[in-house]
Amino acid sequence: MALTMKVLWAIIGCGLVTWLSRVIPFVLVKNFDLPNWLIRYLSFVPLVIMTALIMENIFTHHAGSLPSVNMDNLLATVPTFLAAIISKSLIVIVVVGIICMALIRLAF
Amino acid sequence: MNEKLDFDTGIKDALPTVFGYIGIGLAFGIVGKTSGLSVLEILLMSLITYAGSAQFIMVSLLLVGSSIPFVMLSVFLVNARFILMSTTVAQYFRQDSIWQNIGIGTLLTDETFALSMNKLNFTNHRLAPSWFHGANFVAYLTWALATAVGGILGNLVGDPKAFGLDFALVAMFIGLLYLQMITDRSKAFGFQVTMVGIVCVLMYVLTIFFSDNVALIATTLIGCFLGMVVEQWHSR
Repeated sequence: MALTMKVLWAIIGCGLVTWLSRVIPFVLVKNFDLPNWLIRYLSFVPLVIMTALIMENIFTHHAGSLPSVNMDNLLATVPTFLAAIISKSLIVIVVVGIICMALIRLAF
Repeated sequence: MNEKLDFDTGIKDALPTVFGYIGIGLAFGIVGKTSGLSVLEILLMSLITYAGSAQFIMVSLLLVGSSIPFVMLSVFLVNARFILMSTTVAQYFRQDSIWQNIGIGTLLTDETFALSMNKLNFTNHRLAPSWFHGANFVAYLTWALATAVGGILGNLVGDPKAFGLDFALVAMFIGLLYLQMITDRSKAFGFQVTMVGIVCVLMYVLTIFFSDNVALIATTLIGCFLGMVVEQWHSR
């Protein structure tokens, strides 16, 4: 089991910046009152970030041309959304998504 | 989901998200191994850095010989969305001790964040540390195990994509987004649909000009602002 010093330092360094991003807001919010406009601003974070994360998996940036479309993901998104509307159950949605993607890869 | 907020319920509520971690975790382990990392390095990265998609970026940057400060800066930018997610979640834990807060923040992920925002709609807008620890615990353990197993399997198995497991993560976000929209009473459904449309267009346009990760954080910052503007305009 090799462990090079460079990889170890990268793991620790990246762990530190990620941890600080996660924890500092908790410390600040506990000790200071957030202004009303910021609370309203933050109320959009869940909706916006989830939508953006889904989009990130469908479109990929290419310098000098329009974003390419990940066809497999786009196709599987449709039945997954239908499963969400019909079942309203996270586990059903995830399983339908996996099965649809496996079928799409099998078919093309 | 129900109104219970104990540790066991946290574990139970998080179980549907496990598929996402397994799919992406296996893929990360395999990518890490084939990029020259040892299983120990893969496991330590998952346990210490614990950064999901940013770990893929670390591996690819280390592979091309990037300096450590550059790798750290890239990971910081990709994970900058945590600042917004943590600030959002932290509002529900102001009465709890600083150590509980640090504990929740340390293991917060996109998935447990999204899950907790859904949970709020079942609990009269309350969250409890024990529930969050339960959900975070499932996520942390599953991620570490899945990436280590991926690393051990290494070159043995082919592409984990063949089984459709990589889509589990996207499916989970689709599910959490839709469930969020139908259960969040603080915003009208039609208004939320409008916002999803606006964010889709915004993300696409920004993806034309910026890398996916920069587009993601820019979309989040601008999208929340547009949300405030449209909400104001709607209520008039």
